[in-house]
Amino acid sequence: MIGEIDPTIINLTVFVLAVFVGYHVVWNVTPALHTPLMSVTNAISGIILVGAMLAAGPAETDWGVWLGAVAVTLAAINVFGGFLVTQRMLEMFRKKDKKGS
Amino acid sequence: MSANTVALAYLIASVFFILALKGLSSPLTARRGNLFGMVGMAIAVVTTLTITQNWVLILACIAVGGTIGAVVARRVQMTAMPELVAFMHSLVGLAAVFIAIAAVNNPVSFGLPATLPMGSKLELFLGTFIGAMTWSGSVIAFLKLSGRMSGAPITFGGQHMVNLVLAIVMVGFGLWFFFSETTNWPAFAMMTAIAFVLGFLIIIPIGGADMPVVISMLNSYSGWAAAGIGFSLGNPMLIIAGSLVGSSGAILSYIMCKAMNRPFLSVILGGFGSDTGAVAATDGAQKTYRSGSADDAAFLMGNADSVIIVPGYGLAVARAQHSVKELAEKLHEKGVNVRFAIHPVAGRMPGHMNVLLAEAEIPYEQVLEMDEINSDFSNTDVVLVLGANDVVNPAANVPGSPIYGMPILDAHKARTVMVVKRSMAAGYAGLDNDLFYMDKTMMVFGDAKKVVEDMVKAL
Repeated sequence: MIGEIDPTIINLTVFVLAVFVGYHVVWNVTPALHTPLMSVTNAISGIILVGAMLAAGPAETDWGVWLGAVAVTLAAINVFGGFLVTQRMLEMFRKKDKKGS
Repeated sequence: MSANTVALAYLIASVFFILALKGLSSPLTARRGNLFGMVGMAIAVVTTLTITQNWVLILACIAVGGTIGAVVARRVQMTAMPELVAFMHSLVGLAAVFIAIAAVNNPVSFGLPATLPMGSKLELFLGTFIGAMTWSGSVIAFLKLSGRMSGAPITFGGQHMVNLVLAIVMVGFGLWFFFSETTNWPAFAMMTAIAFVLGFLIIIPIGGADMPVVISMLNSYSGWAAAGIGFSLGNPMLIIAGSLVGSSGAILSYIMCKAMNRPFLSVILGGFGSDTGAVAATDGAQKTYRSGSADDAAFLMGNADSVIIVPGYGLAVARAQHSVKELAEKLHEKGVNVRFAIHPVAGRMPGHMNVLLAEAEIPYEQVLEMDEINSDFSNTDVVLVLGANDVVNPAANVPGSPIYGMPILDAHKARTVMVVKRSMAAGYAGLDNDLFYMDKTMMVFGDAKKVVEDMVKAL
């Protein structure tokens, strides 16, 4: 039966469930950390890097591969920039905790 | 790796992304959460490498992009976080468009049939269109936030009509693309071009005060763009990660709209925060206000039992967070109970003020959210409003006022109010603020940083 289902329907299932997970997880984020939330989600949306790698992946090199390579570079800026700036911000919050205790 | 192993590795990466967001529920677990995010991303990238060729090219591009990202992350000023975030949204959008074009060009490399089925075409259309809008919208947001472009809304007659017509034309080209037997490049190109223009047109009418909403909304779009590409490629990990980001941005937009008591639709349709406030400000000119020096203000605060500081965007612009910390420390030494009250829309993006105060190493427990501190204003001796305006405007309690119903910090209930401001000009909402004309209010004019430094000296 599973084999007969259109992959799009399965993807849609994953999508709807993921939106629910996102909804519940994000409401629990403390407002003080909303800026780090935004920068870390920025890094996570850099997951598009995976799609970019597939575009840059084929052995026969045509212009599509070069387009993919540019996309890899752009997405990598996001991934590294996003995670590192989040880390930098969260370090600042840690200093406060130490002082507070 | 077999397709199944790859899919399982992607599943593990997806779980790490969920844990990354979950970690942010407290500052204590947040760093671990960020680490989980990095681990998830590393798993995703390494797994993908096993199913691609051109390793040298891909790794070189990652190295270049990664270096740029790392340098930017290290150098950026905390006051410039909103610009950085807008800039990064634009990159996701552009990458999504490039990937979609590459997929239309060579579907086989993505594991799609050589002739794209209608379903894939629809998904590619969605990925491209959201990506293109995210890119151009974020570029405008970046230009507005970084001051390279005026924050004032740009409106023209029939704007919404133009947008609607363009959207319909875009869908028309999309349909042409779906129903073409072979790859219809002209239709795809036109559709993409219109999506770029739409992203631009949708953001230009939104004013500077609504930037926290815009930036949250674009955050959401960038997630949906990634999810859209996930659909096109049949990759559940991209769908999951994209949906997490999409719903996160949507929730932040909702919180921001609620904090301004504005319906989301009216923010998006724009035109708010224009210069119409000039009219309201003229009748304010007849009202009298009291102004004092930084020394007077410092004297009053030094003799108070409790002080609440309300920071706003003015503090960020003046980069006064470090001076404010010194002020708080000086007052603390004198036995004054100093606390900070943060309005949800203070600053240019959600949580911006918290980060700035954290950067200045202001202790966590002194920084309180609106709901936590609002009932304390009435037993507070002195409220110091630093570069904030609309978020302390009591007009929000007056029916008929344009900002009626907006939740505000009840600064007007304190025994004494001190407002540090450059001039008597109206805030972003273009409204006069009655708080400034109350008998117990003292205005201290000047640059926030300079004034706070003077206060520190006087103490």
